[in-house]
Amino acid sequence: MELVQNFPFFSIILALFSGPLCSILGRRAARWVNTAVISAIGVMSLMVLAFTIRLGDSYVYRMGHFPAPWGNEIRVGQLEAWMAVFFCVVMLLSMLSGRRELEREVEESKQNLYYVMIGLLLSSLLALIYTNDMFTAYVFVEINTISACGLIMIRENGRTLEAAMRYMIMSLLGSGLLLMGICFLYDLTGHLLMSNIKEAVARLEASGEYRIPLLVTICLMSVGIAIKSALFPFHAWLPDAYGYSTLSSSAILSSLVSKGYIFLLVKIFYRVIGFDVIRESKVVNVLFVFGILGMILGSLFAIQENNIRRMIAYSSVAQIGYIYMGLGLGTLAGVIASLYHILSHAATKSLLFVAASGLTDVSDGRKDFWGLTGAGYRNRLAGIAFTVGSLSMVGIPAFSGFISKLLFAQAAYETSHKMILALVALALSTILNAIYFMKTVIRLYTPAWRAGLTVADARLTIRDQPLKSAMLVCFIVLNLILGLNSEPIVRLLLEGLERFA
Amino acid sequence: MNPANLLNNYEEAIAMVLFGIGFSNLLLQNNLIKKIIGLNIMDTAVYLFLALKGYIAGRKAPIVVNGVQSVEAYINPIPSGLVLTGIVVSVSVSALMLSLTIRLYRRYHTLNLDEISMRLQKEGL
Repeated sequence: MELVQNFPFFSIILALFSGPLCSILGRRAARWVNTAVISAIGVMSLMVLAFTIRLGDSYVYRMGHFPAPWGNEIRVGQLEAWMAVFFCVVMLLSMLSGRRELEREVEESKQNLYYVMIGLLLSSLLALIYTNDMFTAYVFVEINTISACGLIMIRENGRTLEAAMRYMIMSLLGSGLLLMGICFLYDLTGHLLMSNIKEAVARLEASGEYRIPLLVTICLMSVGIAIKSALFPFHAWLPDAYGYSTLSSSAILSSLVSKGYIFLLVKIFYRVIGFDVIRESKVVNVLFVFGILGMILGSLFAIQENNIRRMIAYSSVAQIGYIYMGLGLGTLAGVIASLYHILSHAATKSLLFVAASGLTDVSDGRKDFWGLTGAGYRNRLAGIAFTVGSLSMVGIPAFSGFISKLLFAQAAYETSHKMILALVALALSTILNAIYFMKTVIRLYTPAWRAGLTVADARLTIRDQPLKSAMLVCFIVLNLILGLNSEPIVRLLLEGLERFA
Repeated sequence: MNPANLLNNYEEAIAMVLFGIGFSNLLLQNNLIKKIIGLNIMDTAVYLFLALKGYIAGRKAPIVVNGVQSVEAYINPIPSGLVLTGIVVSVSVSALMLSLTIRLYRRYHTLNLDEISMRLQKEGL
C-alpha cells in the first residue's frame, strides 16, 4: 500500500480537526490555519487523483483493517478524487474572496467559529464524496447540515435567523426520510456497506421478493436528498439564506453544500441500488418532472426579483432543476451532464456572488437594480466578472455553462419519450435566463447620470481590493478552463463513473 | 396485501404511524417548539423501528456474562449501535433548533414562524 492511498482519510481527519484547532487560536492564526488546511487538502486530493488515474481503477481503503462486511470503508476512484480537488479549489477561492466581508459583517468574537464551521463543512463534504458506508454517509449529511446552518446564521440579523430556521426544518424533513430509507435498506439487505448492499439488491431483484419495500426505500432516499438539496418545491429557505448571509457563506452554500448531497444521490443510484433497478423503479421520472418545473419556475422567480443577490439565489433553484433533470433522464449521458453541471454551476455561481458583492460595494451597499445602475463603470473588474458569469449561466460558447447545456441537450436527444419535453424546457429556461441576466448586465452598464441617479462617486480599482480582484480573475479563469477545455474533463467524469460502481 | 400481516407486525406499524405524526408536525405546525417536538417524535420512531429490527425474540443484549459466547444467545447488536449514533445526531440537531428558537423569540417575541416572516417583510431589511 502506498502512502498516497491514505490521503483521502487524512484529508477528512485534517479538515475535521482543523475546526477545534481554529476555535482556540487567535483570529489571524485561525484564518491562516484554515487557508493552509484547505490548500493542503486540495494538493493531497490532486495527488490522489494522479494516483487513481495511474492505477486506472478505484481502490478500497479499509478503516482499521477490518474485512468487508464488518468494517467501515472509504472507496476512492478518479471521479471522487476529482470532485474533492474541485470542491477544495472553489472553497478556497470563496473563502479568500469573502475575507473582508467576513471581518466587516461578523462580530469579532464569532469569526473563529466561522473557521470551525468551514472545517466541519469541508470534512463532511469529503466524507460524503469518499465514504462507502450508508450510515457514515447519513452522519456526515447531518454534520453538513449543522455546519451549513452555522454559515447562514453567523451574520446575525432577522432574515438570516429565519432563513436558518427554515433551512433546518427542510433539511431535517429530508434527513428523516433519508434515515428511514437507510433503515429500510438495512432491513432488506442486512448490510450497510454500499457494495454489499448492491449485491443483495441484485439478488432481491432477481428473485422478485420485496418489490414494494425496495421501491419505497428508493423513493424515501431520493425524495429525502431532493428536499435537502432544495429541488423546486422545497426551495423556500434558499433566497433568504443565500441573499443575506455573508459573502463566503453565500458562495459556498450555493456552489458546494447542495452539490455534496447530489453527489451522494448519484452514489446511491450507481453504487448502492444499481442504475438499472433505479431506472425500472420510475423514480427518475419524478425527479425529471420536478427538475423541469424548477428550471422554468426558478427562472420566473428570478425575473421578478429586485435584489441582485436574491436573483442569483433564485437562479440557483433553476440550476438545481437542471441537475435533477439530467439525473431524471435515466441515461449515462444524462448523469454525465449533471455531474458536469455540478462543476460548472459551482464555478459560475460563486463567481456571480463575489462579483455582485463587488458591485454593491460601489453603490452605497444598495442591492436593488436601480441603485446598481452604472456600477460596471465604477468597479470595472467586478462588472466584467459579472458579465462573464451571466454569459456562462445563459450558455454562451467559450464559457462553462455552454458545455453543460450542450451535454444536457445531447443526453436528451438520446432518450425517446423525454426528448421533446427536455429540449423545450432547456430552450425556455435559456431564454428566461437570458432575460434576467442580460437585464442586469445592461443595467450595470447604463451610465448613472443618464438614469438620473446620484451615487457617491465610489470607485474601486484592482489596487483597492487586491485579494478579491485576484480571486475574481481566478474564478473567470476556472470558468474558461471548464468552458474551453471540456473534453478531458468529460472523459475523466465518464471513466470515473464507469469505475464508480 | 394481507391485513393479518399488519396485525402480526403491529410494532412496525406503530413506528410508521409515529413517523408520520412527527413528520407532519415538523412540516405543518406553526409553533416552533411544536415543530421541534415533531422532529423528536420522528427520530424516535426511526429508532423504535431500528431497535425492533435488531431484536430477536428470546435473546439477550450482546454482553458476555457467565462465559456464554454462542451467537444464538444474543440479538443483532448493529441496529443498537445505529440507534446510539442516531440519538447523538438528533440531540445535537434539537439543541441547535432550540437555540435558534431562543434567538428568534428574543428578537420577535413570538414562536410563530409565519408571523416572524410577516414582520420581516414589514421591516423590509
